[in-house]
Amino acid sequence: MDYHDYYETMGVSRDATQDEIKRAYRKLARKYHPDVTDNPEGEKRFKEVGEAYAVLKNTEKRAAYDQLGANWQAGQDFQPPPGWDEGFEFAGPGDRGFGGSAGFNDGAHSEFFEALFGRGQAGAGFGGAADGFGQNRDTHARITIELSDSYNGATRTISLTDPEVSADGHVTTRKRTLNVKIPKGIKSGQTIRLAGQGVSQGGQAGDLHLEVDIGLNNRFRVEGRDVHMDLPVAPWEAALGARVTVPVPSGDIELKIPENSNQGRKLRLKGKGIPGKQPGDFYVVLDVVLPPADSEGAKALYKEMSKEMAFDPRASLR
Amino acid sequence: MTTRNENILIGEICDECDEITVVELCRICSVDEELVDELIAEGILEPTSYSPETTVLPYSSVRRTRTVIRMQRDLGLNLPGAAVALDLIDRIHLLQARIGR
Repeated sequence: MDYHDYYETMGVSRDATQDEIKRAYRKLARKYHPDVTDNPEGEKRFKEVGEAYAVLKNTEKRAAYDQLGANWQAGQDFQPPPGWDEGFEFAGPGDRGFGGSAGFNDGAHSEFFEALFGRGQAGAGFGGAADGFGQNRDTHARITIELSDSYNGATRTISLTDPEVSADGHVTTRKRTLNVKIPKGIKSGQTIRLAGQGVSQGGQAGDLHLEVDIGLNNRFRVEGRDVHMDLPVAPWEAALGARVTVPVPSGDIELKIPENSNQGRKLRLKGKGIPGKQPGDFYVVLDVVLPPADSEGAKALYKEMSKEMAFDPRASLR
Repeated sequence: MTTRNENILIGEICDECDEITVVELCRICSVDEELVDELIAEGILEPTSYSPETTVLPYSSVRRTRTVIRMQRDLGLNLPGAAVALDLIDRIHLLQARIGR
């Protein structure tokens, strides 16, 4: 297994004070917290920081970790020396009293952490669970779908990690995989409730609440059920009118650009947004793109335009 | 009702049009009614109807409550701080949707 350098993760020196460690944690948690960041690495980094803090904030665990020595490099192959935790109160991998602070996703810690400190309780969070062992509970997970999934419907596979109390009272985790139907017309902010798919400790299980988000797309912008798109057009298409093919998420459609259209003109395709009882609209925003003057012929055309057209683009500034 | 069709689970869609009671919210989010009262008092949750017997909230309260719990636990925010953060996150999402990021 790989050695984890918790000081490096937290960006603090090995002789940092407990206050410095707390400050570093707060700063990193604010930066990477999945509720506040768009960073795709945010959740992973947040978990790493949470794990590092779980060790370094606890003076017993920190002291035990420190005595492994300062010569280990992150990623180096590592096995805990026999009896490495003797004399410390947390009692190594048998310690069950510790709750993870991270808590997004499955709440599980790294193999490295578990080898040293045991499996703590999984933190509460998306797809995970914390308090209330021994009872049936509702659980939550988050799923990010493509805009095309919302247009066409889809089936997605999700992996969940549930806490489980074994016969001898120890808390373990169990992975399970579900195939879930993504209904056509679903939009960001909606939840798919799957009755009976929450945590079960015998008897009737709780429900699973799947929070749906439509992932950001560099071509389309989604507002509720309405979808917007910038459509590049040539100056003559905007000026003279044209019929162009627009790739909407449900397939290609033909769009008529009215003559004398200008930069930023918004054309509405009624009912072509996200489907539903009241489907959204699809908006095409024209983006006039100038052809480069990169040849003698192109330059001659521009020169002719400047000569022939009495056009003052800054008339409104006068 | 969740139904199974060739091992594909089909659930029920819940959104801001749906309503839940405080008791249901407490069960779904594993929280006490006391916290829900505080969230209402702070303006983080806005009931659609209020009565001494049953206070009804929009389903979106589930997501807001869970976000607040995570912010309290992970970032050490108090409720007024979480309320500000939630409002700012909502505004950022709105602006991001407009500019397409």
